[in-house]
Amino acid sequence: MRYFDPAAFVDYLFNYFLLGGVRVTIGLALAGVVGGLILGMIIALMRMSPNLLLYGFARFYIWFFRGTPLLIQLVVIYTGLPQLGIKLGVTGSALVGLILHEASYLAEIIRSGFMSVPQGQREAAWALSVPRRTIFWRVMLPQAFRLMIPPFGNSVNSLLKATSLASVISVEEIMRRSDMLMQENFQILEVYAAAAVYYLLLVSIWDLVQQRLEHHFGRSLDRNAKSTPAKRR
Amino acid sequence: MNSVTRPESPVITDRYALRMEAVYKRYGDFTALTEVDLTVEKGERIVICGPSGSGKSTLIRCINHIEKHDDGLIFVNGIELQHDARSIDRVRRETGMVFQSFNLFPHMTILENCVLAPMSAHGLSRKDAELRAHALLERVHIADQAGKFPAQLSGGQQQRVAIARALCMQPKVMLFDEPTSALDPEMVKEVLETMKALVGDGMTMICVTHEMGFAREVADRVVFMDKGRIIEQAPPEQFFTAPQSERARHFLDQIIH
Ligand SMILES: Nc1ncnc2c1ncn2[C@@H]1O[C@H](COP(=O)(O)OP(=O)(O)O)[C@@H](O)[C@H]1O
Ligand SMILES: [Mg+2]
Repeated sequence: MRYFDPAAFVDYLFNYFLLGGVRVTIGLALAGVVGGLILGMIIALMRMSPNLLLYGFARFYIWFFRGTPLLIQLVVIYTGLPQLGIKLGVTGSALVGLILHEASYLAEIIRSGFMSVPQGQREAAWALSVPRRTIFWRVMLPQAFRLMIPPFGNSVNSLLKATSLASVISVEEIMRRSDMLMQENFQILEVYAAAAVYYLLLVSIWDLVQQRLEHHFGRSLDRNAKSTPAKRR
Repeated sequence: MNSVTRPESPVITDRYALRMEAVYKRYGDFTALTEVDLTVEKGERIVICGPSGSGKSTLIRCINHIEKHDDGLIFVNGIELQHDARSIDRVRRETGMVFQSFNLFPHMTILENCVLAPMSAHGLSRKDAELRAHALLERVHIADQAGKFPAQLSGGQQQRVAIARALCMQPKVMLFDEPTSALDPEMVKEVLETMKALVGDGMTMICVTHEMGFAREVADRVVFMDKGRIIEQAPPEQFFTAPQSERARHFLDQIIH
């Protein structure tokens, strides 16, 4: 019977090879969030569009990418697309898969954020003859964004851990490198415990970021907030 | 009933601030406004009252196309309100609106609330817009709060900001939809005082309210609505002391205990 070897666990925690994987995981998650936000915003706008074609496409997109496992999406992009002449490579496939997947979730989060802004806000802006673009960027988007932060935070949390699926197409992020380390000495518990600690750490850092975001965008609703001097920009 | 004639082109020289002719508004099968005729002269102050659900909000919201009327004609300062963006924008630039629930932009300071429209719609520089905003915030006695967020103000203060914000667009006609109904009793007065000050400037006002003291003091005419129709119109003294219709009598019995 084997026991958990604390010394080996600590060794793996500070293993350079594994740390390299952490960097890749962060990169995948960051790209997934940024790309997912941009694509998700476009899909959300299409979903809210009166144009039936755009609306239909967005509905289909969201239905499809939320309805199939990310694992399958990654495998299909990595092994299926090259047969159509589209070769994205390992990292490219992972990035495309994560972004397409994340966008389908963020699109719905963005849409629900916009729908939660009270109708009176739009009406007040209309009554003031504020141009449509300004209504979108200055009135609706900041308010929708504040409402989006909690579900957005959840989605980023999931994404951080979902990057581990990229290991199946051999992207050398935390999970893949843990597998590789495990093959050397078969210290299964020690290696994966160290990997788990890294995920915990990344998720905790994100929690802090999310708290800051909530605080920053919620401060105007705080009755006791310090008043800012009428500032110029 | 007025005859409905469509002029060849929008008439700009019009002695009326508002003309509504045979206006209808439907929500699905429900008719919220039926055959509404209403004319308001420039500088006139109108109070609209009537039971809840009688179509007061619908009427006032049709004037600046926040609700789209289904039938009839609406002219604001001689500009015909049609359903195209250009005509809607022209009419909205003539009108300002104050809502029951204030509808200030909660993520912007009071000053930012006031400069958004003048900068984006009138093309004012920030400096000029702030100058204009400060002058109007001064007039509603709230200039010292310019750097605060709406949530930090009382309801009465927020509604005064909403009035100043509307005035920053220099409207010719002000529309009020129950501006004091969401306020605690002790704040009603400050808002009504602010509105009375506008009257002194000769602003055309159309105001949905049940503040009968305000109506008596300020209104040139009271318009009584019930079930989507205008039932009667009269100067306040006459309306309150000798209402013509049974429905108006019944309504007044209910609100004046
Ligand atoms: N968006 C809407 N959809 C359906 N019915 C509506 C809508 N807005 C108002 N109504 C109906 O129209 C009638 C008049 O409403 P409203 O103009 O708000 O009345 P008031 O302001 O006099 O209380 C009410 O019966 C109300 O239920
Ligand atoms: Mg109403």
